[in-house]
Amino acid sequence: MAKEMIALILAGGEGSRLGVLSKLLAKPAVLYGGKYRIIDFTLSNCINSGIDTVGVLTQYRPLQLNHHIGIGKPWDLDRMNGGVTILSPFTKQHKGEWYSGSADAVYQNIHYIEEQNAENVIILSGDHVYKMDYSLMLDYHKKNNADATISVINVKLEEASRYGIMNTTDDGKIYEFEEKPENPKSTLASMGVYLFKWPVLKELLVSDHQNEQSVHDFGKNIIPMLVQEKRNIWAYPFSGYWRDVGTIQSYWESNMDLVTRVPQFNLFDPYWRIYTPNPVKPANYISDTGHVTRSIIAEGCMIYGHVKNSVVFPGVVIEKNALIEDSIIMSNSTIKSNSHICCTIVGEKTTIGTNVVTGNGEYAESSYNSKVYQTKITVIGSCSNIPDDTVIGCNVAIDNHISAEDFTSSYIPSGSFVMKGDEQSA
Amino acid sequence: MHNTMGIILTGGKNNRLKELSLERSISAVPFGGKYRAIDFALSNMVNSGIRNIGIPTQYNFRSLMDHLGSGKEWDLDRKNDGLFIFPPYLSEYGSGWYRGTADAMYSNLTFLNRSNEEFVVINQGYAIYNMLYGEMLEQHVDKDADITIACRYMYDFSQEELTHLGIIERDSEQRIIDFQEKPLNPKSNFASMGIYIIKRKLLISLLEDSAAHGYFEFVKDILIKKLTELRLYAYEFKGYWRPLTTIQLYYRSNMELLNPDVRYELFVKNGKIFTKVKDEPPAKYNEEAVVKNCVIADGCIIEGHVENSIVFRGVKIKKGAIVKNSIIMQGSIVGENASLDNCILDKNVIISIEKQLNGDTNWPLIVGKGVTV
Repeated sequence: MAKEMIALILAGGEGSRLGVLSKLLAKPAVLYGGKYRIIDFTLSNCINSGIDTVGVLTQYRPLQLNHHIGIGKPWDLDRMNGGVTILSPFTKQHKGEWYSGSADAVYQNIHYIEEQNAENVIILSGDHVYKMDYSLMLDYHKKNNADATISVINVKLEEASRYGIMNTTDDGKIYEFEEKPENPKSTLASMGVYLFKWPVLKELLVSDHQNEQSVHDFGKNIIPMLVQEKRNIWAYPFSGYWRDVGTIQSYWESNMDLVTRVPQFNLFDPYWRIYTPNPVKPANYISDTGHVTRSIIAEGCMIYGHVKNSVVFPGVVIEKNALIEDSIIMSNSTIKSNSHICCTIVGEKTTIGTNVVTGNGEYAESSYNSKVYQTKITVIGSCSNIPDDTVIGCNVAIDNHISAEDFTSSYIPSGSFVMKGDEQSA
Repeated sequence: MHNTMGIILTGGKNNRLKELSLERSISAVPFGGKYRAIDFALSNMVNSGIRNIGIPTQYNFRSLMDHLGSGKEWDLDRKNDGLFIFPPYLSEYGSGWYRGTADAMYSNLTFLNRSNEEFVVINQGYAIYNMLYGEMLEQHVDKDADITIACRYMYDFSQEELTHLGIIERDSEQRIIDFQEKPLNPKSNFASMGIYIIKRKLLISLLEDSAAHGYFEFVKDILIKKLTELRLYAYEFKGYWRPLTTIQLYYRSNMELLNPDVRYELFVKNGKIFTKVKDEPPAKYNEEAVVKNCVIADGCIIEGHVENSIVFRGVKIKKGAIVKNSIIMQGSIVGENASLDNCILDKNVIISIEKQLNGDTNWPLIVGKGVTV
């Protein structure tokens, strides 16, 4: 039987602007919101929208992602017919090649889609945070008998030049597409959610593959081709919370959105649950010396210190008299006593010693990579050890797997970095 | 322990847990913020390497079946072996209802006959402890015992609580020389934990023998009657153990989770405790929250003052509410400025604005499932 709609999730993104957070794993696998990984939102959207066949295209550092998705059990995607399939690059008889772009990744997996016998294919991005019912988009797509439907969100005019902008007629038909226009004519930005009739997409992919000038990207090549060929394409308006948590600042802000009293982005909706592999840990414990306000705390945490305005992942221990403010502490990390962690993202399985101060002092430009590290947030990678009594400034980058020997001084001023020896240059 | 299978007994009718067991088997009583009592017995077996587990169940087993499902959270959704649940059934030989623990096992003799393991571990689904059965099995083999019973000095139980246990007397070789079930005047505090190891073939013949004589109870009709005939040995367990058989024990063992040593022993030391997952988001603490010495599960939204309490998944404690020394089960809501002390709220209870409820440390106030106060 033909399937009405299947999903392909682009999950090969490097997320280079997340710095050390995505150095060891693909951006969709980066932790988010106290227990999730970013791709959980897209996967949960799929199952909540009734899509039971999902291909996940991976390329950059897929280990963590493969392990996370497994056979799709947490999302109820362990199916006899369909389910979740990881589609990694592969070698062919005569040669093998990496996915050279998002369109190429789908092109190389045409056989997977054909096998699923799908009428429509929805192309999704694995690195966005949002809740969306794709089945409503499909209704809209069918109503318009569209060749393609592109989901759009209204952005502020001054930000519109950062997005791919759709110019539509009043009823929503797209007649023009501009990638990052200097003078945007509209504020309808593409969310990277594309729904295609499969025969149309297949035709486009094949012709894009033959075009040697193409960089094989959906936004840069496929969508312009649709417009150029005057296909029947429609903009589907979306108005909920949607974030591309692509930079350290936007990642941090989006996490912090969750601690507000009534967050714009509600994780507590029982009819639109976000699924993820659940840690096997007891409920969290707040001791009589602990104090927690305006924060979210996951299971298995033990809080003996103070936590405010922060997001704390499973299995974190915060010792007595430690103070955590405006920070994100990822799974199984320990913050020892008397430390003061401020405006800092701490990776998984990291130990911060006693009397450590982070986020200290004034902002200074990053001497490591000023394109990635450009706000006052300090980022500490995973599996690192910060020795006792270290004082760390703002906008500091500390690598994954750092140990006490990697520190040359117990004072790390704002804007500086501690990286593993062999990778000093960014 | 690949050569061992498991049977978890889920308990008969129990009135001493009051409202908490009105609508559920006592093995299905919620515990510790996110668990049900049976998670401990089941996880202990899984952590010990037992992969073939049968659970005869009788009283109000709906919530228990719902909780266990296919056993996937315990990794027991296996092609071979795995988890088997045995509700009572009607046949031309029996009336349907299990008339006792031995009858429950006898009624499912096919399960024992079809299995191939040499040993059987039998435990109770309503006790809170974390124990690996490997060492007990070693002793069982060393002593060439017919039945080994796990026992413990119940120094942390009251005299009254001891009268609900089976008091054991052993010789210096650990052989059991006396077994008094629920004595009025317990002569010691060394008591059975209701955990037994026995050869599968011997269990089958003992069950057949007792059924033929019209006996139905494993403890009274088999263990005590065959005390001299069989080689019964005691295995001493030194860890934490609490059966959830009375409201006081239920309340006490929940509150003991506030002790880090108990939590470490129960959830970390010998292995993890698995339970059905609910996919709730992490607990959220709003600006006004004051939380001291509490266990708080996922999906809670805390805006009030909570002290010395166990708070289950998806509970909402509103602004100005004061909750002390209480157990608040899944989905309950404590309204603004309400105040609770020494209370147990069952699932989905709603405490209206400014209501005050106070129980006693020894007799916590219980509010039944789904009640609005």
